[in-house]
Amino acid sequence: MTAIRAALAELVGMFIDDGQLALTLIALIAAVTLAVKIAGIGGLAGGLVLLAGCILLLLESVYRDARRKAAKRDEGPG
Amino acid sequence: MTSLTTITSTVTASFLASFVEVVEAFTIILAVGLSRGWRPAFTGTALALAVLGGLILLLGPLLSLIPLHLLQFAIGVLLILFGMRWLRKAILRAAGFIAIHDEEKAFAEGTDLLKRQAADRRADFLAATAAFKAVLLEGVEVVFIVIAVGAGRGLIGYASLGAAAACLLVLAIGLVVHRPLSRVPENTLKFVVGVMLTSFGIFWTGEGLGANWPGADAALIAIALLILAVALTAVRLLRGLGAAKLEAISR
Repeated sequence: MTAIRAALAELVGMFIDDGQLALTLIALIAAVTLAVKIAGIGGLAGGLVLLAGCILLLLESVYRDARRKAAKRDEGPG
Repeated sequence: MTSLTTITSTVTASFLASFVEVVEAFTIILAVGLSRGWRPAFTGTALALAVLGGLILLLGPLLSLIPLHLLQFAIGVLLILFGMRWLRKAILRAAGFIAIHDEEKAFAEGTDLLKRQAADRRADFLAATAAFKAVLLEGVEVVFIVIAVGAGRGLIGYASLGAAAACLLVLAIGLVVHRPLSRVPENTLKFVVGVMLTSFGIFWTGEGLGANWPGADAALIAIALLILAVALTAVRLLRGLGAAKLEAISR
């Protein structure tokens, strides 16, 4: 059971490292899919929104993590 | 028709990503081989390769049953998650916020653990398990990468060639140097692979949604260059953030 759980955790870990980033990426993809399929914004427009969204989310994620790590460094080992 | 751009990007992405994964698995196999002997190292490796082979035989035929647009979309979404994870870590490592992965350290830790287990009567079994686990975990990632970069255009054969070339190259270098491949610029490779996989992911997902990218397959290169430029800028800005913090502390 432990081995299966560990294997599953490894499998999930292949795709999810920063949970917030993964969730917002999935929300972005879902929103773009709905916009293309229901609102009819067009495939290319959807693709471009996806590209811009992914870039913004990546920047937000690395900036958030860097700030958190820098703050931890400031606090020091004590 | 599949363009040369797509074939080249597929083989390159598969080769580089697999190279990084195989280097990590090789470090553990080497630690097992040098500290417990080559029998448990090869037994664990062979068993893991057999499981991976079974996985490919099981999943391979299923892929042909999925409609292409749906397959591109599903693989694209997984590639975005997978590629962004690599790229995010590579950016943070390059900017100095996460320690660089060190194969010498991983080798020393593996060897140390195996030495501590040497008195255990199951020492050979534990050593073989360590090799099995390393090859299986890194191998699953290689299988995913091959399927992900290859399936969207029916290029699994080319992607497999890239992965096989990476395995052979690591094996050949390993046989010559007989030590962990610590001089491989792992983070640079991960940075490039992260950019490529994320670009593939956005490109496939867009195609799955019906996007006719301008320039067709050449758009993949444009997306990759844009993401590379953003990632490099992020590294510069984050380095600045780190330096500013250090300056503030020293005042």
